[in-house]
Amino acid sequence: MTQTITETENPWIDAPSGTGPVLTANVKADGKTIEEMWDAHRFSLKLVNPANKRKHTIIMVGTGLAGGAAAASLGELGYHVKAFCYQDSPRRAHSIAAQGGINAAKNYRNDGDSVFRLFYDTVKGGDFRAREANVYRLAQLSVDIIDQCVAQGVPFAREYGGLIDTRSFGGAQLSRTFYARGQTGQQLLLGAYSALCRQIDAGTVEMHPRTEMLEVIVVDGRARGIVVRDMISGAISSHFGDAVVLGTGGYSNVFFLSTNAKGCNTTAIWRAHRKGALFANPCFTQIHPTCIPVAGDHQSKLTLMSESLRNDGRVWVPKQGDDTRAPDQIPEDERDYYLERMYPAFGNLVPRDIASRAAKRVCDEGRGVGPGGLGVYLDFSKAQGGPAAINAKYGNLFDMYERITGENPYEVPMRIYPAVHYTMGGLWVDYNLMSTIPGLFVAGEANFSDHGANRLGASALMQGLADGYFILPATLTDYIGANTLPPVSADHPAVREAEASVNERVQRLLDVNGTRTVDSFHRELGQVMWDYCGMSRNGEGLRKAINRIPELRAEFWDNVKVPGINEDLNQSLEKAGRVADFFELAELMCIDALHRNESCGGHFREEYQTPEGEARRDDDNYAYAAAWEFKGVGLAPVLHKEKLTFDYVHPAQRDYR
Amino acid sequence: MRLTLKVWRQPKGATKGHFETYETDGVSPDMSFLEMLDVVNDRLTLDGQDPIAFDHDCREGICGTCGMVINGVAHGPERATTACQLHMRHFRDGDVIHIEPWRAAAFPVIKDLVVDRGALDRIMEAGGFVTAPTGAAPEAHSTLVPKEAADAAFEAAACIQCGACVAACPNASAMLFTAAKVAHLSRLPQGQPERYGRVVKMVATHDAAGFGNCTNIGECAAVCPKEIKLDTITALNRDVISSTLFQ
Ligand SMILES: Cc1cc2nc3c(=O)[nH]c(=O)nc-3n(C[C@H](O)[C@H](O)[C@H](O)COP(=O)(O)OP(=O)(O)OC[C@H]3O[C@@H](n4cnc5c(N)ncnc54)[C@H](O)[C@@H]3O)c2cc1C
Ligand code: FES
Repeated sequence: MTQTITETENPWIDAPSGTGPVLTANVKADGKTIEEMWDAHRFSLKLVNPANKRKHTIIMVGTGLAGGAAAASLGELGYHVKAFCYQDSPRRAHSIAAQGGINAAKNYRNDGDSVFRLFYDTVKGGDFRAREANVYRLAQLSVDIIDQCVAQGVPFAREYGGLIDTRSFGGAQLSRTFYARGQTGQQLLLGAYSALCRQIDAGTVEMHPRTEMLEVIVVDGRARGIVVRDMISGAISSHFGDAVVLGTGGYSNVFFLSTNAKGCNTTAIWRAHRKGALFANPCFTQIHPTCIPVAGDHQSKLTLMSESLRNDGRVWVPKQGDDTRAPDQIPEDERDYYLERMYPAFGNLVPRDIASRAAKRVCDEGRGVGPGGLGVYLDFSKAQGGPAAINAKYGNLFDMYERITGENPYEVPMRIYPAVHYTMGGLWVDYNLMSTIPGLFVAGEANFSDHGANRLGASALMQGLADGYFILPATLTDYIGANTLPPVSADHPAVREAEASVNERVQRLLDVNGTRTVDSFHRELGQVMWDYCGMSRNGEGLRKAINRIPELRAEFWDNVKVPGINEDLNQSLEKAGRVADFFELAELMCIDALHRNESCGGHFREEYQTPEGEARRDDDNYAYAAAWEFKGVGLAPVLHKEKLTFDYVHPAQRDYR
Repeated sequence: MRLTLKVWRQPKGATKGHFETYETDGVSPDMSFLEMLDVVNDRLTLDGQDPIAFDHDCREGICGTCGMVINGVAHGPERATTACQLHMRHFRDGDVIHIEPWRAAAFPVIKDLVVDRGALDRIMEAGGFVTAPTGAAPEAHSTLVPKEAADAAFEAAACIQCGACVAACPNASAMLFTAAKVAHLSRLPQGQPERYGRVVKMVATHDAAGFGNCTNIGECAAVCPKEIKLDTITALNRDVISSTLFQ
């Protein structure tokens, strides 16, 4: 179905007041301060008798940091957990790729850190579009996460005295980031995976790798199961439980090129959205400033160079445009260390959205370096301690850079450019991490909760683990304890309907038998999104995208070529299903971006900027989370608002100068 | 660049496969090996043929999903480099490239280049963990860990569970993998209480899964993309012997 929207038309409907789900955070802590809130709330939650827990099945989709930590912790509590992932092992979830580190308010450095300060920085970093209660709880739990990980044997970097080392990272003036060289994600995930292994061995967790969830089963208004496809045999089957948790990661791959793993997708949350879960702030995407630039048309993904490199490297471009000299031929006074110039207080350490836009700006001025002028230098020639110190800190990243580009970054400055990296948007959840479908919980990057319009570095790992280890075990127990849930029968009409819709979709994809590959559609969609809903956006471009995406989607369903059959390991079919969902999500992202007539965090609307070119928020009109209700493909979604109030951190314009 | 690929094709469920030849043109030196295969697959798809199935995800050398034997070497010719990080600039115009799956009794081929490495997960489930229930952890700084120990544990923990060590080993042994997992925990104070029980269970599961014995050939360490050292296995053997004393 295609639609054409005009200059003035807006393709959405505001929910009439008093209709639809009520978006309240559901914090049960009347009269308590933010410091007491999580404790008070937890005290209000129901418990489940340990002996009864094994009678309850929890469906856990995704076993990355969020899902893996949750599955292990819930198994340990005694629940029967059925866990699913699309990779061949839970240890391969995309969390594995996180490089830089994880924040925690331990104040091990005595540099003035505290729970309140981490909370403050995160709310401010998120440009005042996150829920204060959640963020405070996240900062509180950060401290326990480090203890938990160390107990599991996570080999954090240490100092000679045997204490844990920390570093400053992405937009923080404190040293509160814990790390394991350039592979913090892998080490944390191995911790969660090992805890998961322990539960698999104990028989509490049943692990289903190479199994993709394609539908949520909603019975009597509650999430009671999922429909999955066995990625080897193609068998489509249903699994039931008392609650369903989605820890399925982010949707950056809607842009085709991103730093995410190739399999990262929106399918799980999008299917839930279609079944009634509201999708919040879909347009809030994070563009990471330090990625290796695109090398050619064959490019299949982009690679991040950890932002920790900005601690030691200096970012610059030539002062003159179209300067074709080699970097070492450009004298010091003809270089523009633009971040240090524009933001003297934070310099190279400004938050990601700011660093990315600054890079775009200098490239747009014609001062970019490398092929196509889409790159800036990240230079280590003056780094403290010289190459030896750099090698000890970042050796593996330097090797990776050289492998990909064929250039030696010890000799030539790295070339970097911003790339899509993380999605702050996701399914709307309350303080219990429950979506608007009762019994459907969402954790990690898949939910919208804690980062507002911009995530600070090293805080996604923190959020995933807080959700998985500490929050879900308490809040999911409350749900189980408070509700009596009759068993679901395999031939309940809702189950039949969900299975039929999955079968029908798979068949439809196979039947098109057109003339374009899935990837060629995905690339084209990605380009539309990057051009019109990327690092900066404007009303005109977004309208163009909103007109273009349905056309392209129609062409996809008309002309895509998916070879093979369902009853096989069929990677084209897997991709096709994911891209089909990206097509629907993409439109919603553009609608969300168009409706938000302000700039905030990663959402930069060119029409709304200060004279200095910084984001101009509109707190009077947009201090809310935009939670969208699905009405049908090609139909206007309905907007619900969760009003955000700031009682502790007072909204101000972010200033990193 | 113009290349001739000889790719192992084995339909799902078939017990035998064969090499299929594909001529490919216009390969850029900046492409990764997997991007080169993407191009081949696009063409196969449009020609109405089944594209080559291969596992991959992060394409950054960290998830351990990719893995194929390239010209007889697990992950190909570049040292310390996974297949996904291998770039075409290491090949020459006119080269003939053989591409095969990991071959090992414990890794049955699922389809083409995709194998089932679940046996490695079974080894982990047998004991590759510290019993550290959620919420019961002491303050992180209550135990000091000498930097040397933390660094040594980290080096072992860098293993990405790709299975290249198994593919390279003439005995198809997964001992380097098992040793890396054991060493990660045995080098840390947190891993001590379960140290000897862990190694026994993991080695028993390794053997039961159909992996061969280690006879110290060292091919495993030579292909390991994370450069896990061969002496990790020596340390494992020491722990196995000690376990008879401490168990
Ligand atoms: C290159 C890179 C570096 C990063 N570095 C950092 C960093 O230094 N610090 C930081 O804090 N954050 C970092 N991040 C962000 C952070 O890594 C992620 O946000 C976080 O790990 C996401 O964890 P998750 O558990 O929510 O999802 P994931 O780890 O992505 O896990 C998703 C899980 O869901 C499963 N899944 C998905 N869809 C389906 C489906 N349909 N059916 C079945 N299973 C499904 C997958 O198999 C997987 O198990 C980085 C991200 C990238 C891309
Ligand atoms: S695809 Fe992840 S290591 Fe190669």
